[in-house]
Amino acid sequence: MTMPMNQTLLARASAKLGPQASMAIGLLVLAVLLAMPLLHLLPADNALHVSAYSLTLVGKILCYCIVALALDLVWGYAGLLSLGHGLFFALGGYAMGMYLMREAAGDGLPAFMSFLAWTELPWYWYGTSNFLWALCLVVLAPGLLALVFGFFAFRSRIKGVYFSIMTQALTFAGMLLFFRNETGFGGNNGFTNFRTILGFDITSAHTRAVLFLATVVLLVASLYLGWRLARSKFGRVLTALRDAENRLMFCGYDPRGYKLFIWVLSAVLCGLAGALYVPQVGIINPSEMSPTNSIEAAVWVALGGRGTLIGPLLGAGLVNGMKSWFTVAFPEYWLFALGFLFIVVTLFLPKGVIGLLRRKSS
Amino acid sequence: MRATPVPEFMLEPAYDPSGSGRDPIGAGALASKGLNVRHGTILTLEDINVSFDGFKALTNLTLYIGVGELRCIIGPNGAGKTTMMDVITGKTRPDNGVAYFGETLDLTQMSEVEIAQSGIGRKFQKPTVFEALSVFENLELAQKTNKSVWASLRAKLTGEQKDRIDDVLQTIKLDASRQRPAGLLSHGQKQFLEIGMLLVQDPQLLLLDEPVAGMTDAETEFTAELFKSLARKHSLMVVEHDMGFVGSIADHVTVLHQGSVLAEGSLEQVQADERVIEVYLGR
Repeated sequence: MTMPMNQTLLARASAKLGPQASMAIGLLVLAVLLAMPLLHLLPADNALHVSAYSLTLVGKILCYCIVALALDLVWGYAGLLSLGHGLFFALGGYAMGMYLMREAAGDGLPAFMSFLAWTELPWYWYGTSNFLWALCLVVLAPGLLALVFGFFAFRSRIKGVYFSIMTQALTFAGMLLFFRNETGFGGNNGFTNFRTILGFDITSAHTRAVLFLATVVLLVASLYLGWRLARSKFGRVLTALRDAENRLMFCGYDPRGYKLFIWVLSAVLCGLAGALYVPQVGIINPSEMSPTNSIEAAVWVALGGRGTLIGPLLGAGLVNGMKSWFTVAFPEYWLFALGFLFIVVTLFLPKGVIGLLRRKSS
Repeated sequence: MRATPVPEFMLEPAYDPSGSGRDPIGAGALASKGLNVRHGTILTLEDINVSFDGFKALTNLTLYIGVGELRCIIGPNGAGKTTMMDVITGKTRPDNGVAYFGETLDLTQMSEVEIAQSGIGRKFQKPTVFEALSVFENLELAQKTNKSVWASLRAKLTGEQKDRIDDVLQTIKLDASRQRPAGLLSHGQKQFLEIGMLLVQDPQLLLLDEPVAGMTDAETEFTAELFKSLARKHSLMVVEHDMGFVGSIADHVTVLHQGSVLAEGSLEQVQADERVIEVYLGR
């Protein structure tokens, strides 16, 4: 007898794995993540020193984990496959990048604007030298876009593959827009050469450590939020919406509000992840909006196991870990490996890696 | 002096025992609070027309359901039974015609969600439950309560609501499977779960599309008893092919044919009707 594909409650998963065992693994991973930035502060000749490269790499993967979790909330729970989440991630990143560019430029214009011989800032750059306003933009830019897009899409009852195609088109349109120099976001070079954040040197060990810790905190907070949502009646309504939307409507629920809420929440989470990604990686450009990035995020979720909270994190971690190893060892074969992995998961692991772990333990 | 004749549309439809299809019955039964049923009619359909790409699914359909009535709808395949339910629940908009719930709610102007919230529950032809959720959770979602996003985010079951779900679980005999995912239930159990979801939703009018399909004889008998106990407090409209089942529950039967009412009356009456025999036996 097969279990239904989704598990609404994380509790069911941990009950099978043994609550103590999964709790212990979770705490161990968290402890390692918290220790990493501290070890980075050790002198470079110390045996336990974590290099800036590894710290940045793990920080980057943690940001991707947040994206995977956000995507899973809309795909795994509400059944809306978005192939445009890279757009929300990039918008959050650009909002943070605007602040970093202003910080680097001091009182003058950001360098790319001087190259274009612009004499004043476009109106939407107004106030971006203020960190708090930049943070607001990090939430507002992806949030408002998702709100408007979602409002019209859900009102017209667009779903399934049509919804996926439209999100894909949206991120592609975003990419083309940001590639233009006239848009005022640095064209195809995007933003780079950041110097300071809140006055602290962006490349210093302490700044890196703090940014890394902030990412860990955001990840844990999103996980907690997802857990609370999945356990609430709201989460059960989302699952019902995914499986039998008509039935739910005849029960008296309006699906539009539910979809819109989770869709906007997911976009905002992506934006926050993007905002933490940019200062750690040191660059943001329109290629972050390319459709392949968004599709790759869907691969992480499918591979890890959608409809669960831990699955997408595993998926994002595994794929990106492999990617960074592969692109060093056999750079030309990475895309083949990714495709192969996706086929294997689709054919043999419909519930993803987490499904495999569960089957083993039960 | 010449008396001005009252235009026909202003007259109450008169009670016509011969079964012309224009006889609201059940007058006098009490409806739950909140719905205006002054004249004892809970559902009014008048001259409904629906066509899909030129195919006329419903033609001048006129039908009244009285408060507290248990009405069976029968008719051959393609007679328009499901389309009629779609019109009542707002899934399909009629090309023209009048559809009222109670005296004041115009069903043609309301969305599916508004119609459900105002008190019309529907069971689908194919049992549709939330397969990934447990039996208990299915009933929890269906239960009558505030169904907005904010309410769901902070919803917690009260003791009273839990008792109500427990009662219904007993009634539909699924108490032992309350924690099982609904997707693992048998076909008959899913039928009962869906009926249970309607019960906790507590609608005033229940539309049931082939409720006993795939049930054993014992289950069918039990369902008949259940429906009979629901009538009076609720109004029921049951679409069914199983004539034995119809005979055991219905006090009033409507026969649909090619999108309009062919005959109406007790089961014996309609079974004796020449036109009905012709339609069913194809003479």
